[in-house]
Amino acid sequence: MSDAIKQQNESLSTLNADYAAKYGFHDPVDYFHKGARGLNHEVVEMISRMKKEPRWMAERRHEALDIFYSKPMPKWGNQQALGEIDFENIYYFMKPIERQQDNWDDVPEYIKKTFDRLGIPEAEQKFLGGVSAQYESEVVYHSMKEDLKKQGIVFLDMDSGLREREDIVKKFFGTIIPSTDNKFAALNTAVWSGGSFIYVPPGVNVTVPLQAYFRINAENMGQFERTLIIADKGSRVHYIEGCTAPVYSTDSLHSAVVELIALDDAYIRYTTIQNWSRNIFNLVTKRATVHKNATVEWVDGNLGSRLTMKYPCIQLVGEGARGEVLSVAFAGVDQHQDAGAKMIHAAPNTSSRITSKSISKDNGRASYRGLVKIHKNAVNSKVSVECDALLIGDDARSDTYPTMEIDSEKVRVEHEARVSKVAEEQLFYLTSRGLTEDDARLLIVNGFMEPFTKELPLEYAVELNRLIELEMEGSIG
Amino acid sequence: MTQSKAHFEFKDIHVEVEGKEVVKGVSLTINHGEIHAIMGPNGSGKSSLSNALMGHPNYTITSGEARLDGKNLLEMSADERSRAGLFLAFQYPLAIPGVTVANFLRAALKSHRGKDADMSDFRKLLKAEMSDLSVDPSFATRYLNDGFSGGEKKRVEILQMSMLKPKMALLDETDSGLDIDALKTVADGINRYHNDQNAILLVTHYQRLLNYVKPDFVHVMMNGQFAKSGGPELALKLEESGYDWVEKEVLQKAEV
Repeated sequence: MSDAIKQQNESLSTLNADYAAKYGFHDPVDYFHKGARGLNHEVVEMISRMKKEPRWMAERRHEALDIFYSKPMPKWGNQQALGEIDFENIYYFMKPIERQQDNWDDVPEYIKKTFDRLGIPEAEQKFLGGVSAQYESEVVYHSMKEDLKKQGIVFLDMDSGLREREDIVKKFFGTIIPSTDNKFAALNTAVWSGGSFIYVPPGVNVTVPLQAYFRINAENMGQFERTLIIADKGSRVHYIEGCTAPVYSTDSLHSAVVELIALDDAYIRYTTIQNWSRNIFNLVTKRATVHKNATVEWVDGNLGSRLTMKYPCIQLVGEGARGEVLSVAFAGVDQHQDAGAKMIHAAPNTSSRITSKSISKDNGRASYRGLVKIHKNAVNSKVSVECDALLIGDDARSDTYPTMEIDSEKVRVEHEARVSKVAEEQLFYLTSRGLTEDDARLLIVNGFMEPFTKELPLEYAVELNRLIELEMEGSIG
Repeated sequence: MTQSKAHFEFKDIHVEVEGKEVVKGVSLTINHGEIHAIMGPNGSGKSSLSNALMGHPNYTITSGEARLDGKNLLEMSADERSRAGLFLAFQYPLAIPGVTVANFLRAALKSHRGKDADMSDFRKLLKAEMSDLSVDPSFATRYLNDGFSGGEKKRVEILQMSMLKPKMALLDETDSGLDIDALKTVADGINRYHNDQNAILLVTHYQRLLNYVKPDFVHVMMNGQFAKSGGPELALKLEESGYDWVEKEVLQKAEV
């Protein structure tokens, strides 16, 4: 290994090394309710009762728990790491405060401090239309601008959504991702709590993003938020979620279910910037159904976690529907990012694009796992898949598992996969112009991420670049 | 003032690539304001020499000296050599996806000046230099060399030179892959940059660039050594008669 590569490893090995200082703190909390560890029907019943849910939801939960018990673990991803999850050691429901606040001043000081440190209130003031802040199992603060309310836009935490708009929730909940879909979707359905519920009326354009922030604070916590977004005909909405957690020596579990429905001519963009600590198992099911001439875009940034298994799915069910998945995964020391996309073409003239970019460093492992399925009726459909992996160091690993099932003729499919290393040649080119090796490396990594960062709202792009820059700077001397 | 008036000089440079010696002891002194050309057939070691002088990690200088204004270049890393005033226009410039020409140039200028250039000054400078080199303004926001044609890459190399204003420019096969119009534009750029405070070392296989950028001295490189040196007329003779006669001369000398 040349000195240049060695140095490169050293400077990148500290990427996100100050996670503990920046995000890894935790609060000593006197919870309003903290259940016992472990999972059973009593726990499920307790959650439903505390939330004063309608009976049909309680029954859904119990049914889902039985499905969870009966389903095997996924047969893909990282079997060894999955086997280490001890479902009996996890807290399934922690309620930090008695009731949610819509006034920042009424949020308890310790929680306020947490979200202040994470920059949430600042972002809300600057450029967001609405904010939801979830702490452990429940949303503790929620607000939306008055003018959005007046347009009939519904943005609630999922628990309130069920209370206030039971008709819509009952109609769509679990229709995109049924409990039977996979073991973790069943688990989420059994113990879900929090998450977002959004309904955008026909023709309404939500011009500012809505954001939810998910914070895990306790050790061995299980966070199971449930999100349902419905964009009615011809409407547009951009939703952003961010996630962090403290650094602990034992693991926590984050297992969300996200369902999106874009009705005719609607547009949904769903942006995720997750920056989990290294003790989080992140096992998430995300799926969208896209109707006639509608568009759904998943913009998915995966930093951190011990193991992430996440494959945002888009079902193009209406003629002319369009889907896009743009994802970045960063796998550092002892991390495995098993991420990808599923694109199901089930109507004529549908089009889709998958762009997956991954960076692996040290012994980190990034896998792209993707499925493209074109049903027989999906004539004149177009698909493009591009996977791009950047390896830093000799132990980094990248795998690609693409599956294509094409049952229709007259379709256009493009697939491209590349693996590259931060090349000495590139470093030399940039250093020959006066940039130090650290600056050159940073420029190359930022350049690699650029197709992703340019899709983020400016504030998030700046934050992401700053995060990387800080870590790289910290490595000098 | 005991320092020699030589601007850039290297002595008895030996270069190895993957354990094989490709440059076998070459020396040259270049004074302020001079233009030198190194010509030679493919594989003669000219590109290896320029890459090694710039500090490419794959080209190891096993012995010799190289100084710019008296400063020992061989003790410096590539970025230090650049900040000391050395520049290499690459034969095959690499693509850096996701990094725009403008962002890259800003970062490079910042490294030279030690601080960020004022944004509006930078834009003005970039716009003017691009216009002089007939580089379309849209290139500022394109990714560096990503999808550029051969000629576009070469122009952007010269653009970098004119922005960074090095004291000593090594131009490695800057004429290759250029059509005649592009060649003239690039040559104009080189001539605009050139003054009596800096110097240029052109490395080229063909004579045609030398019709536009007039060298003071021409050196013929063969098998890792300078076989012959002369004035501009030497380039013309090589153009007419090829390199064979130089090789024969060298062989005859060796036999004597």
